[in-house]
Amino acid sequence: MNAAVQFVHEQMTTKKTFPNFKAGDNVSVNYKIIEGGKERIQSFRGDVIKRQGTGATASFTVRKISDGVGVERTFPLYSPNIDSIELNKSGRVRRAKLYFQRERFGKSARIKEKRMAVESAK
Amino acid sequence: MKGIIGKKIGMTSVFSSDGKQTACTIIEAGPCVVTQVKTVESDGYNALQIAYGDKKEKHTLQAEKNHYAKANTSAKKFVKEFRDYSIAKALGEAITVEIFSEGEKVDVVGTSKGKGFQGVVKRHGFSGVGSQSHGQHDRQRAPGSLGNSSDASRVMKGMRMAGRMGGDRVKVKGLKVVKIFPEKNYILVTGNVPGHNGSIVYIQK
Repeated sequence: MNAAVQFVHEQMTTKKTFPNFKAGDNVSVNYKIIEGGKERIQSFRGDVIKRQGTGATASFTVRKISDGVGVERTFPLYSPNIDSIELNKSGRVRRAKLYFQRERFGKSARIKEKRMAVESAK
Repeated sequence: MKGIIGKKIGMTSVFSSDGKQTACTIIEAGPCVVTQVKTVESDGYNALQIAYGDKKEKHTLQAEKNHYAKANTSAKKFVKEFRDYSIAKALGEAITVEIFSEGEKVDVVGTSKGKGFQGVVKRHGFSGVGSQSHGQHDRQRAPGSLGNSSDASRVMKGMRMAGRMGGDRVKVKGLKVVKIFPEKNYILVTGNVPGHNGSIVYIQK
């Protein structure tokens, strides 16, 4: 990325720390919703099917099956409305964009969980 | 009127406190130098000539060197005259992004990206034929008729046809200044600005 664009991004967006997640991971996005002057937090849990963009324009898409219907939501990563992101499971996938998940449902839509070596077991 | 010469750097986006994302263009503007002050007495009108960007000495003519020497500055690449400059500036004074303030509406002038030789569908927004059947063999993007038959016996002036597109001077009006970084000479305006990254633009009001 251009150094000037990077500089402006660092100046204009509030710094946030997120877990390092990628496509195939199962995340919960805690999103602030303002309803009638009141603010509450709504959680959206699903699989990340893509991450795209750099800097302030970066975004990611989460897909979940709700009542048998596939629902996708795209969040801007640096949106002030994102309260927090929790990483529930990291998945083992071979692609960066999981658009093939849209044609799948049920058993075939499952993503295999990545097993991590635990430090203490060594 | 007030204005400054700058260079388009690139685009990014900023978030407002309620979460609205706005696309913004970063422009590196100035510092410019006043190289000539024109007045009604001397030139018949009031204007300020300002210059931006250093030029190598081997590319500078002697006449240019003398002109810039009057303002006590090095030779510059880009020169622009602004009529009736609203801020009083003397010869040799610097103009920086601080002439603008945050929240102000400005106009940005630039040269749009060249698109080459384009047909009428892209260049003038013609809708084309709209169908592949009914005798249309290879004319899906053709302009159609150019006018009447015997009663004019010629094509009217200004008939929109295919040709060179882009590379024109374009002014975008009413862009809001989001933020100014005086130490870096950056100015952040909403929306998009004509031209490639690195092309010269004028910010004026």
